[in-house]
Amino acid sequence: MRITCPLCGTRDRREFTWQGDALAIHRPARDAGPEAWDNYIHLRENPAGKTRDLWYHDPCGTWAVAERDTVTHAVHSTTLVTEVPR
Amino acid sequence: MNYSGLKVIWEGLTGNKGWKPMWRDPVPKPEYDVIIIGGGGHGLSTAHYLAKNHGITNVAVLEKGYLGSGNIGRNTTIVRANYVLPGNSEFYSHSLKLWEGLEADLNYNVMHSQRGLINLFHSDGQRDAFVRRGNSMINQGDDAILLDREGVRRHLPYLDFDNTRFPIYGGLLHPRGGTARHDAVAWGYARAADQRGVDLIQNCEVTGIDITDGKVTGVQTSRGAIRAKKVAMIVAGRSSQVAAMAGMRLPIESHVLQAFVTEGLKPVIDHVVSFGMGHFYISQSDKGGLVFGGDLDFYSSYAARGNLPMVEHVMEAGMTLMPMIGKAKVLRSWGGIMDMSPDGSPIIDKAHIDGLYVNCGWNYGGFKAVPASGYATAHLLATGTPHETAASFRLDRFRTGRGIMDEEGTGSQHNLH
Ligand SMILES: Cc1cc2nc3c(=O)[nH]c(=O)nc-3n(C[C@H](O)[C@H](O)[C@H](O)COP(=O)(O)OP(=O)(O)OC[C@H]3O[C@@H](n4cnc5c(N)ncnc54)[C@H](O)[C@@H]3O)c2cc1C
Ligand SMILES: [Zn+2]
Repeated sequence: MRITCPLCGTRDRREFTWQGDALAIHRPARDAGPEAWDNYIHLRENPAGKTRDLWYHDPCGTWAVAERDTVTHAVHSTTLVTEVPR
Repeated sequence: MNYSGLKVIWEGLTGNKGWKPMWRDPVPKPEYDVIIIGGGGHGLSTAHYLAKNHGITNVAVLEKGYLGSGNIGRNTTIVRANYVLPGNSEFYSHSLKLWEGLEADLNYNVMHSQRGLINLFHSDGQRDAFVRRGNSMINQGDDAILLDREGVRRHLPYLDFDNTRFPIYGGLLHPRGGTARHDAVAWGYARAADQRGVDLIQNCEVTGIDITDGKVTGVQTSRGAIRAKKVAMIVAGRSSQVAAMAGMRLPIESHVLQAFVTEGLKPVIDHVVSFGMGHFYISQSDKGGLVFGGDLDFYSSYAARGNLPMVEHVMEAGMTLMPMIGKAKVLRSWGGIMDMSPDGSPIIDKAHIDGLYVNCGWNYGGFKAVPASGYATAHLLATGTPHETAASFRLDRFRTGRGIMDEEGTGSQHNLH
């Protein structure tokens, strides 16, 4: 598996740490209530197919959202976390 | 047909012409009392105990592929009861006891071999943690023996005792731990359930769950609609997809775990050995192959194969622990889809929908759990109350924060187990 760091280009998967579902960047408000927090922390779509997840590029410290396929392991695109609309 | 030594000899002498298929290939009935989705270890054991312990036999197991095509036929077969936390401890202890009587119960040779499991430790802190674990195991009524460095050397003389990065300080020996033949476990449970009248329906994928007024009424499948009073979702790595058919989101992420086997060798590794610092564990199968593995690939995946970095990592760890392994040739590697829960512990519970049950969250440790999980799930299906050994496996523990069972102490969050 090769992943494109938005800053460094296409690199080996070894250089990246997986940081979970991209849901993580949509943090609920502090007082959003237990249901919202359960949705955020525990419950998952867990799709078989297209997914969006977070990858941290260890050498340069970049956080990227990857659009990839959990069945084929193809990585379709990566975007800097700061450029993802929130 | 009852299997016996005499039968084997008789068949051997008469050309092996008297063996019959181990189970029927029934056409689905229009309605069942209980439908079990998933013909893996947990689905099949649930069917067996429903029939045996509760006399509920109007049951179908619906399997989208063939019986045993999932993780039950892909794991590295370690069976142990070395958990610490109340909730887990009594459950795995119960499971090990069921394992010890399983072959007689099923009239089937599952090749359960209590060859002993040794977890190595490499620092004073790690030793203290294993002392505590060993005491918990003994408190639970199971067995644990602390080995010092020389004690480990007596059992495992082939390890590299000169490793400077992770010197071997000792190990925790769990004499009743060991392995079993995974396929045989699926086949044994399947045959026993079939003999009691359970319908095992293969090549039957569930595509929908029918719910009317908050109550389950049946399922849609690739072989038509089937009505049911109760439906149990027992599909391991596919739990999220099946639960979505009932409009549910589960606290589950699917990850790939790889395993490896070498060519057959003469007996050389007598125990199950785990090297936690290097993420490596190994045993030798009865055919002679060294069976070993390591950690998850660490990204969500539904591919039943992994990537090369973990292959390299596992091989390196193996070479670090026992350099002799470098002489063996790896024959095959494969992967299985693991249903990872946030705290690393399983779920056996009712869903909020009447008549719907969920069994999942087995992480990388669900093989040893097969007997006790089926036992407890059958109990829940039959009586409506959790079995005492599985009373802590609540689905709502994540939402409420009560009863989280984080055995590894790393935090109750995806990505940490
Ligand atoms: C490489 C590897 C090593 C492992 N090592 C160990 C170990 O040493 N010790 C241990 O205790 N555990 C181990 N495990 C974990 C263990 O194998 C699993 O936790 C356990 O097998 C999961 O439960 P199961 O047997 O019911 O799953 P499965 O056998 O995967 O059963 C689920 C079944 O559901 C079916 N299914 C899915 N969707 C549908 C549908 N829509 N309709 C109908 N059927 C469906 C699937 O086809 C499958 O047959 C390991 C796993 C792997 C992959
Ligand atoms: Zn980078």
